[in-house]
Amino acid sequence: MANLENRFSNNVFFGTVDSVINWSRSSALWPETFGIACCAIEMISAGCARYDLDRLGVVFRPSPRQSDVMIIAGTVTKKFAPIVRLLYDQMTEPRWVIAMGTCAISGGVYNTYAVVQGSERIVPVDVHVPGCPPRPDALIHGILMLQEKIKKQHVLRRKDPQETGKVSP
Amino acid sequence: MNEQRGRDGGLMTDISVLSKNEAGQKLTKELLLNLGPQHPSTHGVLRIMLELDGEEIRGVDTIIGYLHRGTEKLAENFTYTQIIPLTDRLDYLCAPSNNLAYVLAVERLLEIKAPERAQYIRVMMAEMARISGHLLISGALPMDLGAMTTLLYVMREREMIMDLMEMITGARMHTSFCRVGGVREDLPDGFEPRCREFCHVMKQRIDDYERLITENRIFLKRTRDIGKISGEQAIDWGLSGPCLRASGVSWDMRRDNPYEIYDRLSFEVIVRENGDCYDRWKCRMDEMRESVKLIEQCLDQMPPGPVAVAMPDIAFPLNKITVKSSMEAMIHHFDVSAYGFPVPKGEAYVSIEAPKGELGFYIISDGSPKPLRMKVRAPSFINLQALAVLARGCYLADVIAIIGSLDPVIAEVDK
Amino acid sequence: MSNQPLRELLQRESIQQRCESVYETFGMLTLTVSKENLLALCHLLKHDSALQFNFLSDICGVDHYPQRPRFETVYHLYSIPFKYRLRIKCRFELDELPPSVVPVWQTANWHEREAYDMYGIAFVGHPDLRRIYMWEGYDGYPMRKDYPLRGYADHYNPFGEARSERTEGA
Repeated sequence: MANLENRFSNNVFFGTVDSVINWSRSSALWPETFGIACCAIEMISAGCARYDLDRLGVVFRPSPRQSDVMIIAGTVTKKFAPIVRLLYDQMTEPRWVIAMGTCAISGGVYNTYAVVQGSERIVPVDVHVPGCPPRPDALIHGILMLQEKIKKQHVLRRKDPQETGKVSP
Repeated sequence: MNEQRGRDGGLMTDISVLSKNEAGQKLTKELLLNLGPQHPSTHGVLRIMLELDGEEIRGVDTIIGYLHRGTEKLAENFTYTQIIPLTDRLDYLCAPSNNLAYVLAVERLLEIKAPERAQYIRVMMAEMARISGHLLISGALPMDLGAMTTLLYVMREREMIMDLMEMITGARMHTSFCRVGGVREDLPDGFEPRCREFCHVMKQRIDDYERLITENRIFLKRTRDIGKISGEQAIDWGLSGPCLRASGVSWDMRRDNPYEIYDRLSFEVIVRENGDCYDRWKCRMDEMRESVKLIEQCLDQMPPGPVAVAMPDIAFPLNKITVKSSMEAMIHHFDVSAYGFPVPKGEAYVSIEAPKGELGFYIISDGSPKPLRMKVRAPSFINLQALAVLARGCYLADVIAIIGSLDPVIAEVDK
Repeated sequence: MSNQPLRELLQRESIQQRCESVYETFGMLTLTVSKENLLALCHLLKHDSALQFNFLSDICGVDHYPQRPRFETVYHLYSIPFKYRLRIKCRFELDELPPSVVPVWQTANWHEREAYDMYGIAFVGHPDLRRIYMWEGYDGYPMRKDYPLRGYADHYNPFGEARSERTEGA
């Protein structure tokens, strides 16, 4: 946290409201269990014992209403795209999106009649984690980057009131 | 109406009479339930429409295609070597197996055989892939039924296998290691002791999983006699692999239609009689033990020698240092990787015993470096078809157990 | 395993009168058959006691554009008791569609739906002919040779071809 002042023997901290809110939001990111394809297996590996995600506060929730972040792990096809959008709309704010793997970022090797060339065309994406599939370490790096992004957000006074879909820029 | 008193003395109404008309017939309606593409226990993007009468299933409609990526059309525009990474992504849990099936089909068209050492390496990797694939479903099925512990433990073993894969190929999941005419490069130093250690540890761990889950009362209640299918029906519906052998049909392509060096290895074919979810599960557990034995036999019998066929038109040069220092080797490498190699005109269908069943590749070649048609016979696609006949008449909670026991991998179903 | 025993069995009159030719290519025996005899031949191959081709491995649709007849279906059969493998090929145009083999092998259901979805081959007598990979109402049959790899350009995939006024071939 920023602006610690320690005049009262470790029991009282001073900081901005923004920093407290951002700290709590970033420490408890709950993703949706939304594995689509191969990247989902690396996501599961990241959640299991060797690369533990639970120590970062990441707990997988099955329902979009109870989750903060959507990790799009796998190829998004044209048939599945409306459902991705529906799930994103069902998530309550504040919400973020991590696009995991090259298929979610740009369609990957599948530039075909059935594949959306990047989930950025459907939902606004915050962090891209490249790889095919990205190692679980890369996913953890992506989550840490998302935590840093969240910590820079302004909650109380929004900079740009036109921003939609996000709590603050 | 029956008058009954509750524990606190109040009047209780028998509400079952509310759902019957004067003649005593039930007035319930069928409910159409959508088990949507996003669901924690559908093993990927699978959508099932269920017609329910209360909790009983009257009809099942499986809707797939949410992961259809156009692999077959893409393969018509890639050279034969460029298709190998595409095949990785079919059954992504068992990538070396898919590579092997595809490469065997191309080698059948070219009428060549890989050298012995390469065949042993390919078989060993395919068996490691089999253990990896069966491990995941051994963890995912109990997790669907409520026992989360198993998943965390099987991922520990899968990490060991992925470490071995990374040691050989450089990648954890999509290995792309087989090439037409052999494999990409030889096994690294220090691989054999680590592999033997893995085999030694794996035997004990499979016994641990048996003790954890297989005798568990709840697991037995939820999988015994659920989703039964007879041998005749299973053959008619095209089931293969553990799903077929659990119904009493003794057909394993490694023994009956041997390919590569399987005729030199000894193993048992696991066949069970009941054809329910429990038997399909037990088949996979016992097959893992057999696969460990096969890996040890491969390590014992592996001869020294080249790992790619000695045909410069087809095989890549093996020595990386030569490629970077010799102009001819570099031109050769560039030629084979950029332009591919022409394959004689004709067609070939080769199938192997993949972890999920019979995985076949049917390639029609027109004499150019790109195939005219490549068709993938995906075992999960056919096994999933049987869901309609397995799920009828059972309860909603059993559908989850049945899907888990059929073990579909949606990337293979949807290609 | 040599194909000689199977080759001899296929020389019998009941099979020869229903198929057009028998040949071996790259280790597998292949029968070509016309669409009129397809169902009868499949029935015979499954129920004959010396053959017993009870397992249908695969049905593959092929587009030979611009050759005529344009479309082809290829059936791969396997006999579990005798371990024989056989391939059957049937070539046709879209105005003379082949029958569905679902009455012989139930597993043909989804194979034929896939061939219909990808090529537009509407098998006659199929119990449930719908698209399986693409969504209902999708325009076009993707695996045909004149359908572009990247599809037609839209918001999801802008690299596709621009839609023109040309009609689908054949």
